[in-house]
Amino acid sequence: MTIIATQSLTKTYGGGVTALSELTVDVEAGVIGLVGANGAGKSTFIKIMLGLLAPTSGDVRVFGLDPVTETDQVRARVGYMPENDCLPPDVSASEFVTHLGRLSGLPKTAARERASEALRHVGLYEERYRQIGGYSTGMKQRVKLAQALVHDPDLLLLDEPTNGLDPAGRDAMLALVHRIGHEFGISVVVCSHLLGEVERICDSLIAIEGGRLLRADRISAMTTASDVLAVEVSEGTDELAEALTQLQLTVTREGRLLLVPLTSESDYDAILRAVAELDLPLHRIDQRRHRVAELFTTKETADV
Amino acid sequence: MSDAGVIHDIGYQRYEGPRLGRSAVFGAIYQHGLRASFGLGRSAKAKIFPWLVAGIVLLVAVINAAVKAQANIVLFDYYSFDDTMSWLVIFFVAIVAPELVSRDMRSGVLPLYFSRPLRAFDYIGAKFAALATAVFLLLGVPQLIMFLGGAFTTDDGAKGVWNEFLDLLPGWGYSVLWAVLFASISLLVASVTGKRAFAAGGIVAVFLMTTPVVGVLSILPSTTAQHLAGLASPMSLLTGVQSWLRGRSDLDLDVGDFGVIYGIEWVCLVSACLLLLLARYRKVASL
Repeated sequence: MTIIATQSLTKTYGGGVTALSELTVDVEAGVIGLVGANGAGKSTFIKIMLGLLAPTSGDVRVFGLDPVTETDQVRARVGYMPENDCLPPDVSASEFVTHLGRLSGLPKTAARERASEALRHVGLYEERYRQIGGYSTGMKQRVKLAQALVHDPDLLLLDEPTNGLDPAGRDAMLALVHRIGHEFGISVVVCSHLLGEVERICDSLIAIEGGRLLRADRISAMTTASDVLAVEVSEGTDELAEALTQLQLTVTREGRLLLVPLTSESDYDAILRAVAELDLPLHRIDQRRHRVAELFTTKETADV
Repeated sequence: MSDAGVIHDIGYQRYEGPRLGRSAVFGAIYQHGLRASFGLGRSAKAKIFPWLVAGIVLLVAVINAAVKAQANIVLFDYYSFDDTMSWLVIFFVAIVAPELVSRDMRSGVLPLYFSRPLRAFDYIGAKFAALATAVFLLLGVPQLIMFLGGAFTTDDGAKGVWNEFLDLLPGWGYSVLWAVLFASISLLVASVTGKRAFAAGGIVAVFLMTTPVVGVLSILPSTTAQHLAGLASPMSLLTGVQSWLRGRSDLDLDVGDFGVIYGIEWVCLVSACLLLLLARYRKVASL
């Protein structure tokens, strides 16, 4: 199911600054990583989806609705967690999230119930009756996530949810986001400038740079195609290369290494068998699972 | 054979209940704002000032009612009660208006509000309604006490109670004029800054700095200048409107034939403040 669709979406600010340029992308339900450097246009994209900014040209649809004209319907189905600090210090998390639930249109008692549910799901229990001012950064991030969840949205827009967290806090937050996406059945767009972080939890990835789409695809499509087996034998490299070529495998030499792209599950076994049949001293065999980051690096250098 | 001590994780549950429209959201902000005006749902510290002011105002009303009942001396009528309490009203809005708007700006909570189904109009309309109601309650409840005092000690039976009530109604109307004007001006000033202390200072300054202007204008030799002097300050503006509506010229301020101008200025001032507020929040709402 397509949840977000844009058609050459462009946003130019007053001073002639182009934040988004001709962005065309179709986003499927799931956990989606929106990556790009600071100033790449991630926040602008989110604000357009929330109907806070009107696009200069082009078209955007969230759940098939236009955020510019059907703002309320879109916002009722979307939860937003901003990047910046946005919590008042002198109220309790429980009261604050309840209030925001009511602002999303929940009746009073339902808002209270949903608020304690949401806070429980993000891992705040008894602490929720204490004033937010005394919370740690990690707890504050959880409250921000809970207020985005309180009205049971179908889509969460999280702007840098791991900002300011220590490594353990990051892991916990990412695990939580993953859980929301896969167990709660809510689609999540996670904005980040840290690719390594989002690729762990996302189903698909949208990379933007300078307001332009760099690449949008499913993570699986990005990584499986680039799985390469590196084989190193102490002697008989040429014979092995020949044997593998006969098995219809494309072999490239890189110094003493043979690089064989894996196209199916059985390839790995076939290669091992070829080495055993030739009775070659196997020095090293390892699977190079290309990280998504490398895909972008190669693309960027190719552009230069 | 379920063990009572086991806590079951029931997992995430989708919300199937009703989702209310913008009017309910407006109501929620209004209610929240009205409670916050008197520090309800806030720390004890936030309750001190509003209740101190409310306490003084109530005390004055009780004394007034008691003196009238015992000695039959009228210290204030319903109108002059509002005029006399003007300082306390100024301090009340100086504390409460920043509590309602500057606080939201300071804590950066507005993006959370405006990413929900509400508009700048709902936000500022509800905040204005909440503050105006709070100021009205501050003046209207003591007026009610004065009425009760008068009604229970009247010598004319039901007719006396009715006459007293007919005095109370325009008194409440006058308090509404106060509440609307003070709420709109103080919210506009408070919306400029996220720092509560600055906002409070600014509000007090706007109300108090204008009083000397009235003083200067009213001693000019021209009678026209004297009649129009009251336009310069919100408090004397309200006295002027009262003079006009009641057709009196024996109040502190003589408006001559210019009463209607006081009425027009009241309307224009309130509308201008609210429109500026709306324009300001339209901008804030788009982040």
